[in-house]
Amino acid sequence: MFWDALTLQLGYNASLVAIGAALLGVSAGVTGTFLFLRKRALVSDAISHATLPGVCLAFMLLVAFGGDGRNLLGLLAGSALSAWVGLLCMNWLTHHTRLAEDAAIGAVLSVFFGFGIVLLTVIQTMGVGRQAGLEGFLLGSTAGMLWADALVIALGGAATLVLVMILRRPMTMVAFDPEYAAARGLPVHRIDLAMMGLVMAVTVVGLKIVGLILIVALLIIPAVTARFWTERSDRVVLLAGIAGGVSGYVGAALSASAPNLPTGPIIVLVSFALFALSLLLAPVRGVLAAVLRHLRFQRRVHIRQGLLALAQGQKIYEPLTLRLLKRAGLARADGVATEAGKARAAKALRDEKRWEIVRADQAHEATAALYHGLRDIETVLTRDQIAEIDRQIGGPQGVMA
Amino acid sequence: MSGEEFVPLSLTPLLIGTFAAIACALPGNFLVLRKQALIGDAISHVVLPGIVVAFILTGAISTWPMMLGAAGAAVVAVVMIEAIRRLGQIEPGAAMGVVFTTMFAAGVLLLEQTDTSTVHLDVEHALYGNLESLIWLDAVGWSSLLDLTALAGLPPELPRIAATLLGVTLFIWLFWRPLKISTFDEGFARTIGIRTGSLGFALVIVAAIAAVAAFDAVGSIIVIAMFICPPAAARMMTNRLETQIGWSVVFAVVSAVLGYVLAGYGPLWLGGADAVSAAGMIATVSGLILACAALWGPCKTRAGTPKVS
Repeated sequence: MFWDALTLQLGYNASLVAIGAALLGVSAGVTGTFLFLRKRALVSDAISHATLPGVCLAFMLLVAFGGDGRNLLGLLAGSALSAWVGLLCMNWLTHHTRLAEDAAIGAVLSVFFGFGIVLLTVIQTMGVGRQAGLEGFLLGSTAGMLWADALVIALGGAATLVLVMILRRPMTMVAFDPEYAAARGLPVHRIDLAMMGLVMAVTVVGLKIVGLILIVALLIIPAVTARFWTERSDRVVLLAGIAGGVSGYVGAALSASAPNLPTGPIIVLVSFALFALSLLLAPVRGVLAAVLRHLRFQRRVHIRQGLLALAQGQKIYEPLTLRLLKRAGLARADGVATEAGKARAAKALRDEKRWEIVRADQAHEATAALYHGLRDIETVLTRDQIAEIDRQIGGPQGVMA
Repeated sequence: MSGEEFVPLSLTPLLIGTFAAIACALPGNFLVLRKQALIGDAISHVVLPGIVVAFILTGAISTWPMMLGAAGAAVVAVVMIEAIRRLGQIEPGAAMGVVFTTMFAAGVLLLEQTDTSTVHLDVEHALYGNLESLIWLDAVGWSSLLDLTALAGLPPELPRIAATLLGVTLFIWLFWRPLKISTFDEGFARTIGIRTGSLGFALVIVAAIAAVAAFDAVGSIIVIAMFICPPAAARMMTNRLETQIGWSVVFAVVSAVLGYVLAGYGPLWLGGADAVSAAGMIATVSGLILACAALWGPCKTRAGTPKVS
């Protein structure tokens, strides 16, 4: 069943939803990345909640003029308008009053949403019926998606993607270093507004599929997921688009494969699953990689300290050290060094003495800063320099009788 | 309007709305100053899965398991946000966004998967509450306030939210000095021996308790609005924390009362037949108050910034 859905064999509506969700996921992931890099991820929350009054007002207007209140294009235009008003309110609050951005986000979010709910109840009492479709905008409803709706979503998503591609360089620069961007003569404020406008476009496009509460997830989670895998901003954008697209497609397919699986939440949960996998498994920033790195470091410290102890003829009490030395073939079970162990131990002790010279010598100041007890001295000094240090240490000296 | 009508139908919703508004606005003052204002938003989203899980486990809509479930979900969310922030080195806003949207999605999914058709539990209810239905049927007029048998029929939300308000007030009164110092200068607070970490956590927990109790009665939208709008508006009125808290309480009460009255009677004045959502109207009124304060408040700009012409 799930396989059928993945290969678009599950009927017209399911295929339409899957393709629409994948497109939405790609554009949301790509756009959300810039928001995330600008450290303003939660602005999307305010924008998405601010769409509700616009949807309701558009519905009321459409009905007042005798049209069908469920015309998607009209509703989306209304939602875009009110989201834009909310965005301007939020910007005004942060720039012209003492409120911090988070308070402005929360204020816009709650007030616009509250007003939207007032309008929803007004619509319910208007008695025109068919307002059920409006509540679908809260959590998304894909059941009755039409070809025209899918076309609107696809075109909107594609237009957003193109705009992101055009604006990506200035947006990246503003995200990483707004002062520098301003010094270069870029209109930072306007680029920020453009970024928010793109986010708004994605939100509006996504209203139908995932709903206004959960579109936030599609804007934030893929970007955070992609950030785990790379340190380059263009690749983060690309990966976020892929992650968003995959979660949209797989989520829509999953929700079509069984009853009672609402599309929006499933898409969000799939993208969270991708996020959780990345958090655990990503090569450098992932948890598993960090644990492995820590264990490797611990091993090196133990071996090093064990070798120094062997060289100075001290007994090793730490069982982990002994086990590691034994496994490396440097010591026997009773803590006596093997031939290889003796050689390595002598080398370790000599290196320690060399480092001591290096750290005492002002001329080697930069090198001395690299000392952390584990670094092999050959990796930072040339052979000539080491020979020079060895000359200072001198050869083995005779033991007094 | 006479007492016979007002007391049973409007008194209890008004009181519950007002208490909920104050209980959220009080900790909201500190959250806004500490730039943690969106915690209210996050909490009100994550309580949904907690409530649904509690419902699945007990099979009934009863208050205490639901409150426990909601509180448990809030704690899980706080822990998850911290874990993701630290383990993944992600900025707190994004970590919060990841966690609360995911938990909300999980809540919606659970709700769809369980059969809740026989009981009153749905997403809309969670969002905009049910303030209008909290009526006091046993009351016959003002005299019922002294009648013990009638008082026993009070909606249970009223004593609960009153107790929460008392608890929140007590917390802020007891920890006034450490809270104030650590909010404005965390480094200094630490040097004089205040445990800022646990104090901040306690503040979040108190906010969560207030949010859950208010959520139960009035829905999440009031919770978010009351955490932020009255304190933010009060911030524009004064530079003193004591005065700010006073203003925020005034604003919270005004929003609750005015919002409820407008929602209940406004449509009638305009010639409509039915009331609109009280929760939404209260949030809207608080937003209007914030807008007025932001436009004309005496202390609206940051101290020391040049005037924008």
